[in-house]
Amino acid sequence: MHARAAFGVSTGFYVFRAEIPTRSLAGEQNPPTEGASMAQSRLMTELARQGVSRREFLSFCAGMATLLGMPKAASAAIAKAVEADDRPIMVWLEFQDCAGNTESFLRSGHPTVADLILDTISLNYHETLMVAAGFQAEGALEDTVSKNKGNYIALVEGSIPGDIESGYCTVGGRSALDIAREVCGNAMATVAVGTCATFGGIPAARPNPTGALSVADAAPGVRNLINMSACPANAENITALLVYYLTTKQWPPLDQYRRPLFAYGKTIHDGCERRAHFDSGQFVEQWGDEAHRHGACLYHMGCKGPATSQNCPNVQWNGHTNWPVGCGHPCIGCAEPNFWDTMTPFYERLPNIATVNASEWLDKVGLGLTGAVAAGVVAHGIAEVTRYRRGHPPPSAHNAVDKGGEQGSERPQAGDKK
Amino acid sequence: MTHVVVDPVSRIEGHLRIEAEVEGGAVTQAWSSSTMFRGIELILEGRDPRDAWAFTQRICGVCTTVHAIASIRAVEHAIGATPPPNARILRNLVMAAQNVHDHVIHFYHLQALDWVDIVSALKGDPAKTATLAQSISDWPLSSKTYFSDIQKRVQAFVERGKLGIFANAYWGHPAYKLPPEANLMALAHYLEALDWQRRFVKIHAILGGKNPHLQSFLVGGMATPVDPDEQASLNFDTISELRKLIADGRDFVTRVYVPDVLAVASFYREWFEIGAGVPNFMSYGDYPMDDGPQPALYIPAGIIHNQDLTQIAPVDQEKIDEYVTHSWYDYSVGDDKGLNPFHGETRPNYTGPKPPFKRLYTDQKYSWLKSPRYDGAPMQVGPLARMLVAYAKGQPRVKQLVDGALAQLGAQPSALFSTLGRIAARALEAQVLVESMSTWVDALAEQMTRRDYRIQDTSHWDPGTWPKEGFGAGFHEAPRGSLGHWVHIRDRRIAKYQCVVPSTWNAGPRDAKGQPGPYEASLEGTPVAKPDQPLEILRTVHSFDPCMACGVHVVDANRRELARVRVT
Repeated sequence: MHARAAFGVSTGFYVFRAEIPTRSLAGEQNPPTEGASMAQSRLMTELARQGVSRREFLSFCAGMATLLGMPKAASAAIAKAVEADDRPIMVWLEFQDCAGNTESFLRSGHPTVADLILDTISLNYHETLMVAAGFQAEGALEDTVSKNKGNYIALVEGSIPGDIESGYCTVGGRSALDIAREVCGNAMATVAVGTCATFGGIPAARPNPTGALSVADAAPGVRNLINMSACPANAENITALLVYYLTTKQWPPLDQYRRPLFAYGKTIHDGCERRAHFDSGQFVEQWGDEAHRHGACLYHMGCKGPATSQNCPNVQWNGHTNWPVGCGHPCIGCAEPNFWDTMTPFYERLPNIATVNASEWLDKVGLGLTGAVAAGVVAHGIAEVTRYRRGHPPPSAHNAVDKGGEQGSERPQAGDKK
Repeated sequence: MTHVVVDPVSRIEGHLRIEAEVEGGAVTQAWSSSTMFRGIELILEGRDPRDAWAFTQRICGVCTTVHAIASIRAVEHAIGATPPPNARILRNLVMAAQNVHDHVIHFYHLQALDWVDIVSALKGDPAKTATLAQSISDWPLSSKTYFSDIQKRVQAFVERGKLGIFANAYWGHPAYKLPPEANLMALAHYLEALDWQRRFVKIHAILGGKNPHLQSFLVGGMATPVDPDEQASLNFDTISELRKLIADGRDFVTRVYVPDVLAVASFYREWFEIGAGVPNFMSYGDYPMDDGPQPALYIPAGIIHNQDLTQIAPVDQEKIDEYVTHSWYDYSVGDDKGLNPFHGETRPNYTGPKPPFKRLYTDQKYSWLKSPRYDGAPMQVGPLARMLVAYAKGQPRVKQLVDGALAQLGAQPSALFSTLGRIAARALEAQVLVESMSTWVDALAEQMTRRDYRIQDTSHWDPGTWPKEGFGAGFHEAPRGSLGHWVHIRDRRIAKYQCVVPSTWNAGPRDAKGQPGPYEASLEGTPVAKPDQPLEILRTVHSFDPCMACGVHVVDANRRELARVRVT
């Protein structure tokens, strides 16, 4: 189903290149009109009840298409898919998590979570939201897996301890590793939601006391793994991914970390509303100073936007209300692998970046840093897993801190830079 | 005797397992176990203390502000930083919004379906539902057509056969007692609350950039600039937006949440006598009303012993100890001893059964939570503790609301010591806090008017200004109760970090003396009609609003500096 194609000239990483079927594109040429049989659908009735007209609904679909980077005409295909009755089955697993991605999902605005769980998907298992508990809850999961092998989508929140016997995470008396391998292994696709599931996240930050692993490392070889990183993942991106699949029955093209390009294809810095201030050399130097109040660039205060790929500046958060840089705080790089180690200290500026009228250079540096981060993650991950499996104790925090990375512990403190 | 296991306890944050002995239709003994561990305090060691709030914030994505607040307070205490008035006001708004938001979600999405039978709602008469709804509130969404539409939508959902999150529940259980019309009304509000929480949380997006995991916290202040003459700052446009969102929140709490809780409670009066549990209560107090070193607190601090509301003792953090007798950790001083968080140590050592397992070794160690004790006694923390302390201390608005609710239900104050008491206290607290938010917005507007732009203590931002070594403790009243962070900073880095959190107080296991924790004690005596469908156990456990990821923590075993404690 999914054509594999080499991505990029130099990296050699694979991506899934979803091909939007020609037919659905052709269908867009003649979007359905009022009175079409589709308008009878339950969704439309419900939307009408809520005072949403068909025109507004199609406009939502067009917005979705834009968010997904699809041709505007794709909106008809989206409208059709969202209205379809065969809701895909999903299970949402929580392991070493904080439920932040669940909460984010609850904030989803279009469609809302009520529309999602009643009309769009069949969410068969979700510890935080489901009514059943105990063995009735586990029964729902077992049923879903056994009756729908290869036909459901597994969403995973939280990292997974690499050792079954550690007791660091059990649900219903079973280890997280066991559950993840079984449930993700039998899924049609697995979506790692949030940085913990995607890259190991905070439990895997140095010294990774529990041997925490990402989904990719804990359950290698699962089909169609999509990584929705960020802490938490933005609800609108999760929804957009689902709509993408519902519409095209394919998964979107991914970057080298298996993140959808529609959400992670550009750096924060590239889309930032404060970019002009960066290019003009107007920087915040102190919290609450005139530049800060005026909305100048936060790079000197430690902003990691140049090394972070996500669509926060465009999609923003909570119904397009705001985003971290918009409220005056630097980006902390939460969508990037191992950001708890590579992007800290958060309030120290990214190294070696010229700041006035040198955006081209910055892009290169940013790209280079991302590469370095990637290499660091792989090395760090392998080292941790090996050490853990050998039964060696984790290194003390002191020894582990900033081992020779870009942001070494010998770097000057914030006060020295002035 | 039947041994009942509930794992996972769903509709909570995190991973909780309850084991209970049921005999003669009631719980005789219960064990509360947290089954997940990450080790965030250990991860904090060696890092920049100014980053700590972002790490601790990730302890929980549900109460997504609370560990950030406690962390910046602890670090400020250690380095001597003082947040300016704007930061105090902004934090009060952020904290209150968190509590209100969390309480509403908890009631409708995590707790209500223990009391509300959705299948029965499908049988409700929409006309009678409208009459019922209009009799308890003037909330406008209460027409026959409205309830009929909700019913049809859910009916259609049920008919399609995929019940999703509503599958396999205890529908039809004899302990469900609401008439179909009350069920239908509550179901409508379940869906409305899903929508409401999405709107109300915009307060956090305005003040924190996003929710979950707001990103405007700073050691020494807040990162959100305040300037009425700038577009990129909080200005009078934001003030009016905040006022509108708070009014919307107040409307829902006053006209939907509180009336619903009281209505549901009136059908389940016997639950005012079930689930009392531990008779001691603690509140650290919160919401500073001025900028002095000992500010007045809008929600007061205090300790209640043995349900005695006539004597409220002050809180002394030196009396807090944690035990690991039944927790999967070792103490070098012996597992029967308690340690104050400043002297705390933790060495994780899982000695439970090898997964997959059916039963925990409940006579040995059985949880990743420790057992915090105050002066050797277990304490209940949370909205009920806060409302009781405030009520006993005569906080005027709390007194008025509690007396009003009790009068409406025809109950005595002693009814508050119960499963329903915890649920009702949460709703009343939401009311108190959402009202107070308006006064803080007004205070912020005043600050703008006098052109006070200060948002952070810039004199203590540079680590070069810090003492070589410092100890700090930061306290906060989170939605689920009293939260404390303890930090030791040495050479500009975190030497040691420890959190003692609400769900550790409430959900912790037995201590060295065998005293059960609040969940365990509250479950004793809880009726269980059908042990294979332990709905009543869920009612009592959910009444605490469990938040397990918060409860589990670890500190480095090797550092045990004796600290001179300074608490604000």
